[in-house]
Amino acid sequence: MSIKTKALTKSIWVFHISCGSCNNCDIEILDCFTPRHDIERFGVQLIGSVRHADALLITGAMNRKSVPRMKKIYEQAPKPCVVVAVGQCALSQHMFRYSYNVREPLDEILPVDLYIPGCPPKPEAIIAGITKLVKKINKGK
Amino acid sequence: MKILLNFLVFPGLLTAVCVGLLAGWFDRKISARLQWRVGPPWYQNFIDIAKLFGKETIIPRSSRWTFILSPYLGFLSLVLAATVLGKVMLWPSESFYADIIVILYLLTMPAVSMMIGASSSRNPLASVGASREMKLILGYELPFILSLIAVIIRCQDSIQLGSIINYQASFGSNIFSFSGALAFIAAFFAMQAKLGFAPFDISEAEQEIMGGTLIEYSGPLLAVFKLTKAVLLYTMPLLLICLFMGKDLGWMLLIPKYIGIVLLAVLIKNTNPRIRIDQALRFFWGPVTIMAVISVILAAVGL
Repeated sequence: MSIKTKALTKSIWVFHISCGSCNNCDIEILDCFTPRHDIERFGVQLIGSVRHADALLITGAMNRKSVPRMKKIYEQAPKPCVVVAVGQCALSQHMFRYSYNVREPLDEILPVDLYIPGCPPKPEAIIAGITKLVKKINKGK
Repeated sequence: MKILLNFLVFPGLLTAVCVGLLAGWFDRKISARLQWRVGPPWYQNFIDIAKLFGKETIIPRSSRWTFILSPYLGFLSLVLAATVLGKVMLWPSESFYADIIVILYLLTMPAVSMMIGASSSRNPLASVGASREMKLILGYELPFILSLIAVIIRCQDSIQLGSIINYQASFGSNIFSFSGALAFIAAFFAMQAKLGFAPFDISEAEQEIMGGTLIEYSGPLLAVFKLTKAVLLYTMPLLLICLFMGKDLGWMLLIPKYIGIVLLAVLIKNTNPRIRIDQALRFFWGPVTIMAVISVILAAVGL
């Protein structure tokens, strides 16, 4: 394992994109940074600009308006960059499945590295997902 | 050869970066403890820098060379300031004439380079950040220079850091006089603004303008900006120690003084919300400047 991947797994800077979610997943993501869960212990930070991002946390059902914008944001991220789908809507469109406004799930648009199910997922589930992601990167990718 | 060694290793680049990154970790850890969190491990900032050097650099469609070179401009001139300051603190007799003015100019360079880089990236949010940075410089430079003048007047009109240290070694630290204490408070607020710590982190407001001046930077160039921040966190407290508490500069007293100043800055950072740019200007040109002027007058009278 090279220093580069080791450093990447020890300091993941997260950029958060909401593609039309109901805000519950977003609140649970913010919960990860509160005193009870404190994900900064592992070097994870929430950052404001995509240019600094190592991981994109995408929530919400992909509606027609947000998909092109999300693609643009993905193209703007500097490249060792992973995509994490958070919540049932991003995974499988959930209750919006046959909606007029929602066409395809996230993994038909972008290469998704990690799925975190739940409606909304608990902060513990998000942390467990991130440790799985770190293991996956360490195994080689 | 010795000069190069000084620049690259001991009081200069390597030491400044290591101490600055450790101080940055201290800042994050204390902030975390104040919020009842655990906080990152001590090597976190080193890992962040290593990771950023391994990432891709994206250069926006802009004036390419200004965008690439401006981080290095700020970083190298700041390291030069750190080297001059470190040499003076180790060997006060080796300081050259008017080095305090050289340091004053070199300390402005990081902010200037940040402005150049931000405006060459052609991002609207970055230009908002750059304009805020410019106004902030106009605000804090005035009281900072006035407080330096108070120190200079106290130390028998000497504009040489070495003789300022020698004066304090024989006549006691500046901070224990009325003029010195007032000048220290004014210079401390200027340091807070120079470091971009919380009441004055207006130009990099993460929530309003998404990183502001740094918004378009990625990969190694962002790492250079982070290193500049780290070296600034090494240089500014040392400069304050040098100017106001220069009585004993042995290791046993220097380290507690340094940690004390950083701790005070972090506590102010964590207990104050971000203010608007007009409030910051009013604050610096109002109370802080008045305080600095009073300290200059007191120093001229001889208190």
